[in-house]
This record gives sequence, C-alpha cells and structure tokens, in this order.
Amino acid sequence: MANVNIKINGKKISKEISDNILLSDFLRDKLLLTGTHIGCDTSQCGACVVHLNGNSVKSCTTLVADCDGCEVTTIEGLSSNGKMHVMQESFKKHHGLQCGFCTPGMVMSAIDLLQKNKNPNEQEIRDWLEGNICRCTGYQNIVAAVKDAASKM
Amino acid sequence: MKSFNYKTATSTKEAIKLFSGRSAFLAGGMTLLPAIKLRLAAYSDLINIKKIKGLSGIRASSKSLKIGSAITHAAVASSKEVIKSIPSLALLADGIGDPQVRNRGTIGGSIANNDPAADYPAACLALNATIHTNKRKIPADKFFKGMFETDLKKGELIEAIEFEVPEKSSYTKFPNPASRYAIVGVYIAKLKKEIRVAVTGVESCVFRCKKIEKALTDNFSESSIDNINISSNGFNSDIHASAEYRAHIIKVMAKKAVSTC
Repeated sequence: MANVNIKINGKKISKEISDNILLSDFLRDKLLLTGTHIGCDTSQCGACVVHLNGNSVKSCTTLVADCDGCEVTTIEGLSSNGKMHVMQESFKKHHGLQCGFCTPGMVMSAIDLLQKNKNPNEQEIRDWLEGNICRCTGYQNIVAAVKDAASKM
Repeated sequence: MKSFNYKTATSTKEAIKLFSGRSAFLAGGMTLLPAIKLRLAAYSDLINIKKIKGLSGIRASSKSLKIGSAITHAAVASSKEVIKSIPSLALLADGIGDPQVRNRGTIGGSIANNDPAADYPAACLALNATIHTNKRKIPADKFFKGMFETDLKKGELIEAIEFEVPEKSSYTKFPNPASRYAIVGVYIAKLKKEIRVAVTGVESCVFRCKKIEKALTDNFSESSIDNINISSNGFNSDIHASAEYRAHIIKVMAKKAVSTC
C-alpha cells in the first residue's frame, strides 16, 4: 500500500492504493469514472485510453503507483460547463460511433493527435488511431470526425 | 493482477540496492505489465527506474548517439538530435506499436526484453551499438543471446545505448498489421568501416545476415541482393508467415532499405 497524489480531471486526489492496481481499474472501481472502458485488458484495443500529463496512454497497462504527482484526464474531464469538447461534438455530428464502446478511447487518442499534429491528413489520422480498435468497423466516420474537429480546434 | 511491491529508485545505485530476490526493473511496463497480468511472469518487487535522472538524456556527437535507457519511443521519434544524427532510428521508433505504447515504452525496456520481433535489437546490431550498464559496456554483437534472452545478469541495469553514427542507414519493416511487430524487419547501415545488416522477426533472436552484408560490401545496390539465396532453415513459421515467405520478404525489405538509405 502507498499513498498517491494525482490530479484527475483537474481535481486533486490523495488516496491509499495497493501497489498493483491499474489506472483503468482505479478510475472505474474507486472513482466511479466509468467512461474509461476496459475492452481487451491487454493494451491492444485502446478503449481505456486516457491522458497522462497530456499524452495518451493505455490505462489498462499503467500502474496508479506510476501516476503519483501526475495529471490524468479522462473522457469525463473533456466537457466544460456542460458543453462538449469539439472532438466530442464532431464525433456526434459525423456519427463517429455505432455501439459506442470504443468511443471514449477514440476521442482521447484523437485529441492527443491534434495536440501533436494540428492538421493531419487522412493517412496520418488512420496511422495514429492504430492502437484503437472499433469492432463495429465504423472507421470512415471516425476519420471524418477527427478531420472536421481538426479544422475547428 | 498478481500482487507485488512497488518501489521507486532515484539513482542507479538505489535501484540496484532495492533489487533482491524476484525483482524486476520497471520502465514503461509495456511488456512487463501485460506479462504479469497474463501470469506469464511474477515478481515480488517492481522497481520503478523512470525517476532516475541519468537514464533520460540524449547525447549526440559526430561519431555516436547515446540514448538513455528510460527514454520513450515517442521521445526518440521526435528528438531533434536523433533525427539529425540517425534519422532511420527516429523512423524506427515512430513505427513501434501504437502512439500509446510509444508514449510509455522505452528503448532500454525493449532491448532488455529482446522480443524476437522487436525493432530496437535490429538497430543495435546494425548500428554497432554498445549497451552501457551499471557494471560494464556490452557490444550489441554479444548482447542478444536468444529468445527473450540477453547477456544481462540478474540485477544489472541498462543505463544507455550508444549507437555508431552511420554514413547512411535505413530500416524497413514488414509489420504484423495488428501488433506492428516485425514479421520481417531489416536494418541496413553503412558504417565507416563496414556494412551491417540486421534482421528481426525471422528467427528466435535478431541476427546479422552476413550474405547480404557481403553482397552490399562488394556493391551497394539493390541489384546485388537479387542473386542471394536465403535459406529458410530455422526461420519462424506461424499463422502470419511461413519460413519460406519470411526468407523471401528479407530480400524485399533489404532492397527497399538499400533504396531508402
């Protein structure tokens, strides 16, 4: 057991945790932030993607102990004053989701892309979303949503 | 997930001191954590080495490029020093796994793990790298011993990897479309004194292809690879590619690497 201090979605949290707890489980089970999904649980599908100090990571393969002193942003932390993030709006507008299971991870990954590449082309978007799998195979609209968001962010 | 004690070291000395019994050093954890989750490995202690300052520098000179072991793939891919000094190495880092893996996974972790299909081991062999540990300097030629096996002793920690700056070089990979691991990866480097060709993804461990090295030493061109006969004997054969297919792809990747050198 150890004590960790993490800023999650702008809120400082200090909690006693077990050494082997994963960030995905911590977010969902301890903080009830269930927007972060666990799909494969083996860091392949990307449903669990969150931002750690601004960079996208797979929370199912990140120890909470490793996050001490860090900032974490989850899908719940994107909207402000009840207004959706541009990327969320864009996914909605372009119907960039079908069942919606992969969506939180897709949105978090896509935002990280635009932080690093403001105006990505289609290939760059597809390459970046390599680590996010949509089993409804709705990639066309996801790519369209990211492209549109890029023009607005 | 099986339980373990998590400890953080702030210096190499401390990391070695904390290491005992069934310990493992934890950098990005991109292989270590899934292995523990899948119960392929179990440790009593994980020693976090990411806070050790000495492991996170990149230093370039005209002769060599030294990269700290705790540097992430994303940092190597975007490093101005790496892009200027050995651009093929930055491109290699940019093609590992996916962006999230690249944001966490480290060069030292990749090399210590020595996955038979990992990219960095090929870079180490082709670029005549020296692996600096807390105890010694190990030439890449002696470092990679077999499947997931290296020359590292228990409790020995990689501090940095020093690559020779080549005259020109290129890495070409035929990736598994799902994992981005190399089904076949070929790294060609024209160094000051020799030409080195390293192949990954094909056998149980990365290796140098002496036949292609010789052909390229005689004539550094794509056509000189045409007539080489690569035997598929001992090559990996799985659902992704047969041994014969891998033998064929080695030549295709080598030619592509020569053309992009």
